[in-house]
Amino acid sequence: MKTMLVSVLLLLVGGVAAPAETLQIEGSTTVGPIADAFAGYFKTVYPDLQITVNQTGSGDGAAALIDGRCDIADMSRFMKADEFAKAVGKGVLPVAHVVAMDGVCVVLHPSNPVSALTKAQIRDIYAGKITNWSQVGGVNALIVAISRDTSSGTYETFETLVMAGQKMGPGVEYVNSNPQAQARVKTTQGAIGYVGLGFVDSSVKAVKVDQILPTRQTITSGTYPVARPLFMFTNGYPKLGSMVHKFCTFYLTEKGQELVEAKGFVPLTDY
Amino acid sequence: MDRDVTVALEPAAEASPRPLALTPGEDLLGFVGAYLGRALLLVVTCTSVLVVFLILVFVVLRSVPFLGGYDLTKFLASQDWRPTADDPSFGALTLIVGSIYVSVAALVFAVPVGILAAVFLSEIVSWKVRNVVKPVVEILAAIPSVAYGFFAILVLAPWLQEHFGFTTGTNALNAALILAVMALPTIISVGEDSISALGRELREASYSLGATRLETVVKVVIPAAHSGLIAAVVLGMMRAIGETMVVWMASGNATQIPHPWWDLSQSIRTMTATIAGEMGEAPDIGGVSHRSALFAVGVILLLMTVVLNVISEYFLSRAKKAAGKT
Repeated sequence: MKTMLVSVLLLLVGGVAAPAETLQIEGSTTVGPIADAFAGYFKTVYPDLQITVNQTGSGDGAAALIDGRCDIADMSRFMKADEFAKAVGKGVLPVAHVVAMDGVCVVLHPSNPVSALTKAQIRDIYAGKITNWSQVGGVNALIVAISRDTSSGTYETFETLVMAGQKMGPGVEYVNSNPQAQARVKTTQGAIGYVGLGFVDSSVKAVKVDQILPTRQTITSGTYPVARPLFMFTNGYPKLGSMVHKFCTFYLTEKGQELVEAKGFVPLTDY
Repeated sequence: MDRDVTVALEPAAEASPRPLALTPGEDLLGFVGAYLGRALLLVVTCTSVLVVFLILVFVVLRSVPFLGGYDLTKFLASQDWRPTADDPSFGALTLIVGSIYVSVAALVFAVPVGILAAVFLSEIVSWKVRNVVKPVVEILAAIPSVAYGFFAILVLAPWLQEHFGFTTGTNALNAALILAVMALPTIISVGEDSISALGRELREASYSLGATRLETVVKVVIPAAHSGLIAAVVLGMMRAIGETMVVWMASGNATQIPHPWWDLSQSIRTMTATIAGEMGEAPDIGGVSHRSALFAVGVILLLMTVVLNVISEYFLSRAKKAAGKT
């Protein structure tokens, strides 16, 4: 019994003495795929490294960073003032790393003849003031407005950049992920939805917003009106050369750019 | 004869190293052991009760700031649920109505099918077939709800749009249909048990009076098993009202009450979906906040399930009593 106890203790001590390096990443479902792709690459380069990427939501990521539950918080929006204050109160100093750009594209069913909308028209559709496609130059069909859930960063960006203080109408439907939003628009003729540029493919049609089509160029140059930077937040600037530092600056490498592009986001570098 | 037995026993008694009487120490140990064992089992049993109790206390405590600081009639009667607006309003009526609406609609589909299937399994098919079909039906309960959700959004929603011409396929009907399938195993299983628990005598008496099989089922078996059948329906309703993932994916989550009221093709939103969808981004600040409002919604949900649970327990115990009498 005693020898068993001792050996267990030894094991525990040994475990503490030589910990496997871990990287805990939490947050946005929009930035999550980038972090996941980076993590996959890091695992092949550093086989001893243990990386966990949780995709819960920007707010959860901020909360996890504030509570010290993660090394990196993925966020598709900047930290809110109260989150920042709370973090500083707990001795956490959030530092933002912009890893990529994302365009929130307004998408329609491919059969819909409408191909351009103004921000004001989109706002009125989501506010419930415009309910029929014929009011914006389309066919006579009811509009099914599909929004992301209110806890997603995409919703937040859309609400700030497009809704501008207007309330969502009661008939707006909510889905809880980009693929679900895409799937709903793909299968519903009267639908309008919004997703990240990475989720626009031939099955849905991205419309021009204020005469600008969302593309890589229009998004990075800032001409497309519904675009936003994607963040990774760390507690202070990470120690140079540390794993956190390598991870947060990985987007600057050629491989990093390739992975960001592969996920459908817009990289900040141009190799 | 008598003497032989004692002779035979004596060597055995001597061979046993154990004295007949326990020493005081052993006696005490046995006594303590028995009580410790009982205490341990009691603790284990109490843990589950305690967990339920703690959940109740936690949810109620976290909702107190909201319930104390917000206009309750507005909370229960307003349709304006805008928790993230600058000037937030927490009218939960659409959510409460949505939960009840979709559950009742699910029961409209599930109860006839479920009870007929229960009657069929217990009264009509052979024991062999029943023993195959019942486990298969119960597998329905083991399918993860998110799998049902995917089916709802990727298959059922487009199908409803194409075949019924609905503008949107993620609506009350979609959610109700999926919930009905999910409530079926409960209804069939409990219903079948309560019908099978009835004695042979009832059926034999009915047949001997010249009743046909249909008459026996409709006029004797179902009335006699009604307590168990009601319990089955209430349990199915609990399953439907507490379900989260499916309604979150299938119902469309529009905060509105269908107008006209029977229009199942409109999107609705339930209490469970609201809590699951919004908790992640509701900041944990004191007072009347989005988070405490969600907890208050949780309290309403808890109250509903507690009431339903009490009802089902009442009917289940009546069903047991009725089965005991025959």
